[in-house]
Order: sequence, then structure tokens, then C-alpha cells
Amino acid sequence: MMGITTVSRRGGQSPNEDKTTMLVRKIPDGSVIDHIAAGKALSVLRLLGNPQENGFTIALVMNVSSSKMGRKDIVKVEGLEVSQEQVQKLALIAPRASVNIVRSYRVIAKRNAVPPRTLRGILSCTATTCVSVREKDSAPSIFFLSGRSPLRYRCKYCGRALDEKEISAQLG
Amino acid sequence: MSRDAWKGRDVISILDFSRQELESLFEAANAFVGPPRPRNDLADYIVATAFYEPSTRTRLSFTTAALRLGAKVIDLSPDVSSILKGESLHDTTMMLEGYSDLIVMRHPSEGAALLAAELSSVPVVNGGDGSQHHPSQAMLDLFTVRRLKGRIDGLTYTVLGDNRYARSATSFLYGLAKFKPKMVYIVSPETLRPRDEITKQLKGLGLRFELRSDLEQVMGSTDVLYLTRIQKERFPDPNEYEKVKGSYKLTKDVLSKGKSGFIVLHPLPRSTELPYDVDSDKSAAYMTQAHLGVPLRMALLLKIIGGGKA
Repeated sequence: MMGITTVSRRGGQSPNEDKTTMLVRKIPDGSVIDHIAAGKALSVLRLLGNPQENGFTIALVMNVSSSKMGRKDIVKVEGLEVSQEQVQKLALIAPRASVNIVRSYRVIAKRNAVPPRTLRGILSCTATTCVSVREKDSAPSIFFLSGRSPLRYRCKYCGRALDEKEISAQLG
Repeated sequence: MSRDAWKGRDVISILDFSRQELESLFEAANAFVGPPRPRNDLADYIVATAFYEPSTRTRLSFTTAALRLGAKVIDLSPDVSSILKGESLHDTTMMLEGYSDLIVMRHPSEGAALLAAELSSVPVVNGGDGSQHHPSQAMLDLFTVRRLKGRIDGLTYTVLGDNRYARSATSFLYGLAKFKPKMVYIVSPETLRPRDEITKQLKGLGLRFELRSDLEQVMGSTDVLYLTRIQKERFPDPNEYEKVKGSYKLTKDVLSKGKSGFIVLHPLPRSTELPYDVDSDKSAAYMTQAHLGVPLRMALLLKIIGGGKA
């Protein structure tokens, strides 16, 4: 079966979730991505390469209350284990996200989204006079992590910083 | 500092150098001030200059410095080279690397010299990259202060002008952060104040500075007034330039409010902010500053290519 289930009422299934009622069934195998900032669930799916287009079943839980975050989204992907590399990328648009890898209904691994210290070729500098923009065919974009909360990356070449909103806009 | 700390080193930002390394450079440069004597220290070396933007002082003082040390100089002219055919900075750098022992590069893009340095096996000296860095200018400026005021520490500096786009001003501020100025006043119209990332960096470096908009308020306590022209060519919007054009100017009247012994520096070229009648004032030190570019850059070349034997 493929497709996306969306839930607009309070609910959830994540082991770490707040006091909410279960609206989406547990998944036997796959990944549960929790603590996504409200409204970012679809961006997370895009960052994962839209797995629903490859036959995976997706459940989206959007805008549920969270004691930590106020409101949050949750994404469940049945049958797909999110890789460590994907978890790192997730941190760019959902820096507080946590990923539970599920096998046979049991959480066998927890992966926290940790922003990579260095990003190569993922973000683009917004300074039009930066060499990574003007010579983009031969100069890779390289960004260094300069802040975790709020998330900030700094261009290696021109020093221009990208804030969370700009990063999301590029990746979302 | 050990002799080898300079050898083969790229010069991208003055932030990459310690106070001790800068002082060592200044000591070496002192030996080259005065009537030139024939030298052949770099007789076996070739220096390449690659200026993608106009330059008078940086280009010619590097060329003079190289020639005075016996080196040969080759010059890439963007208007008659394959750059006109769209050759990339990557490929141009790879050519210069094969033809020379050191590359001095000026480029309109921020980060160009850093990229060239990553590509090149021979040292790259940043002669200015966009509105970002101009390290040898900052070294020269600090050297000038040291020679004319006897010290860099403990003085009050006023950096007046285009502190947003002038790479010389930014690099001078970064250079000051390596020392212990008494105070640095950064004076400019609101729209020409340093970019946020620069003020954050200066704070992180522990530089004691204040953003001001009125020069006259700080003239009485200023030991070194560092002036820059508005960088018309770097404004993304010509209308924004029109709004600030002519917004500050150093006049004899303002100079008369200066404290005894203060000096005026300017990386040049000048525009309307520095009238010619200031040249005759005893505070005017910018021609001396420009001339000191040769001994400073002689020391720099010798340290990088010659292995610190300057």
C-alpha cells in the first residue's frame, strides 16, 4: 500500500510523544521522526526524497501540542530506515528532530538530528558576489556550522551567515 | 616566531596571523625603509600578479617590492587574457601556479583568494577580495601607525567612512583586534556601518569599539583617523549610493579639533571625502602610508618565499 495519511486532530504514536491520544497506528518497521517544528513535516518528506513516491506508506501528524515545542509535527515512514546521513540533513530544517528506528514494533535505535559541522554542496550562498556563486561550476559551496539554536551556517568563502529561515527556504 | 612559520604561507586574511607574527613582519619591514639597496634575495623566483580589479598602490608596490628583491614579475591582465573568453578562476589559478612561485591576486568576488589558495600549490597573497579582506593593506596600515606613533597599543582609533563595503576598513579593524587599542570609534552614516557578521566577529575578538555617527564628537580623543572613500562600485543598488554620496568629508575645520599629534590615514584612492587641501596639514600621513607599502611588501614576500629570512 502506498500513500500519505494525514491527521489534523490531537494524536500521535511516537514513544516520546506528549500526552496525546493515538491517532496513527504503530508501524511494524520503519522510522518515526518526532519533534519536527510545526508546519515542517512536508519539508522533511521532501528532504527524505519523498519516499511515498517510491511506494512507502507515510503518516503525517501535524500541529499537535508539545510541552517542549508548543506545537510540532511527526512523520512516520513505514518500511524505510532513515540513514545517519539523512538524519544529519534533517537537522537543517528540523534541528530538534529525533528519529526512532523501528523493527517488529520495537524501537531499536534512536538518532538525534545533529547539524553537520560542514555542509558541502547542499546550501547556496545568498551573497551574489561570493566566489561560490560566481564560480559555482568549479567552486563548491561550503558552509560551517556557526550556531545550533537558532541554527546558523556561515559561508566558508564570504562569511555570510544563513539563518534558519533561509536554510529552510532553500531546502524546503 | 620560528623562521619557517611564514614560509610558503597563504595570506588571505589578517585574522590568520598572530600579533607576534605581525610584529615580526614589521621588524623585518623596518630594515627596508629608506634608500633602496640592490638585493638579489629572490633572484630565482617569479611573482605573478593577477588583478581582476583596478589597482594602483597594491599592484605596483608588490611589483616594486618583488623587483627590489631581485625577483621577476609576470602579470595577468584580465582584459587581454583568456578570462575574456570566460576562463574560470579555477583554470587561471592552475596556470599561474605552474608559471610562478607566488601569486598576488585581487578579485571582485569574496573568497576568490581563498579558493585560489586551495587550488594552488604556490602561496597566494590576497590583494583584495570583493568587500571582504585586504590583509597586506591592513598590515601596511598597522606598520604605518607603529612607525609614526611608535606603538599600536593604547591609542584611540577612529575609522571613518564606508565601513560596510570598504575591505581596507574591515581588515584594519580586524588587524586592530590583534592589538590592544584604547578605543576604536567606527564612524559612518547608518547605511555604511559594518555588516552584522563583522561587528559580531569584532566583539568575539574582544575589540573595544563603539559605533558612532558624528566625527566631531570623537576628534578630540582620536590618535589615528582612518578614512575610506565610499565604495561606489560595490553598492548593489545605485540609488543607495546616491543617498550616501558626499555624506562625510574631512575638512580643515574638523582637523583643527584634533588632538595634538594625531595622524590621518587613507588607503587611497580618495574621492570627495579627502580634499586636497588636507594634504598640507601636518596630520596627513596617507602618502607616507602608501610609500611604506613597498618595504612592508618586501618583508612579506621575503618571509613567504624566502623562508622568513627577511
